[in-house]
Amino acid sequence: MDLTIAGIRLDVTEEGYLTDVSQWNEEIAKEIAQKEDIELTDKHWEVISWIQEQVKNEVALSIRGIKKSGVLNIKEFYALFPGGPLKKATKIAGVPKPKSCI
Amino acid sequence: MGKTKVKKMLFILSKATLENVYAAFVMANGARMEGIESEIFFTFFGLEAIQKKKLEHLHVATVGNPAMHMPTMLGGLPGVEALATKMMKREMEKLDMPPVGEFLEILSDSGCKLWGCKLAIDMFHLERKDLIEELDGILTIGDFYSRADEDGTHLLFI
Repeated sequence: MDLTIAGIRLDVTEEGYLTDVSQWNEEIAKEIAQKEDIELTDKHWEVISWIQEQVKNEVALSIRGIKKSGVLNIKEFYALFPGGPLKKATKIAGVPKPKSCI
Repeated sequence: MGKTKVKKMLFILSKATLENVYAAFVMANGARMEGIESEIFFTFFGLEAIQKKKLEHLHVATVGNPAMHMPTMLGGLPGVEALATKMMKREMEKLDMPPVGEFLEILSDSGCKLWGCKLAIDMFHLERKDLIEELDGILTIGDFYSRADEDGTHLLFI
């Protein structure tokens, strides 16, 4: 599926996840976040880069991983990305949707 | 993918075998991860999962569980249940599934409400101090039904 975000034509999945991480930039993140009713703060950016780092290192993302991240706790995570935090955070970070059930 | 019509999941956990406890926890956590509200009502043997002294010592059932593919007589021998539990916990750890205590913390931090059943707590002569700190309160079943206060609420007995 094609989608134009921040003036760039991007290939995304049906659910709106970027298929090519290298296409990601901060403008794209802002626009995806806006669609999810999220205004990105410094803390959001910190979480986004942590998520990208995990994916780069091929670490599977999970809510338990957030607890152990040292970047933020689970309560803060739910507050920053309300309603499906891991799904939303990964979409904004331009990485694939996590496949874990936990 | 279509938007789910499920808005709230209410679980009644009545058993304390590891497989049932994890089923409830994974579903309750999975709901929160999808932006769905979730709550768990611990009753009868399910209370073992929120008793500080017992929650890390839950076992899988090796007797009366055909899916273990083990003769019932063998499943009842001393140590077999403990061994099967150890093996299952090891597999769970490989999948990064948290132990019961940590899972309860995760659920609570994720906004999943945890309730104890008043009748069962009285029956087992338990006190508040025997139960985990994360418990949101002790309710009657009537109180718990009143938590089903919006369209798209589902109630599941485990």
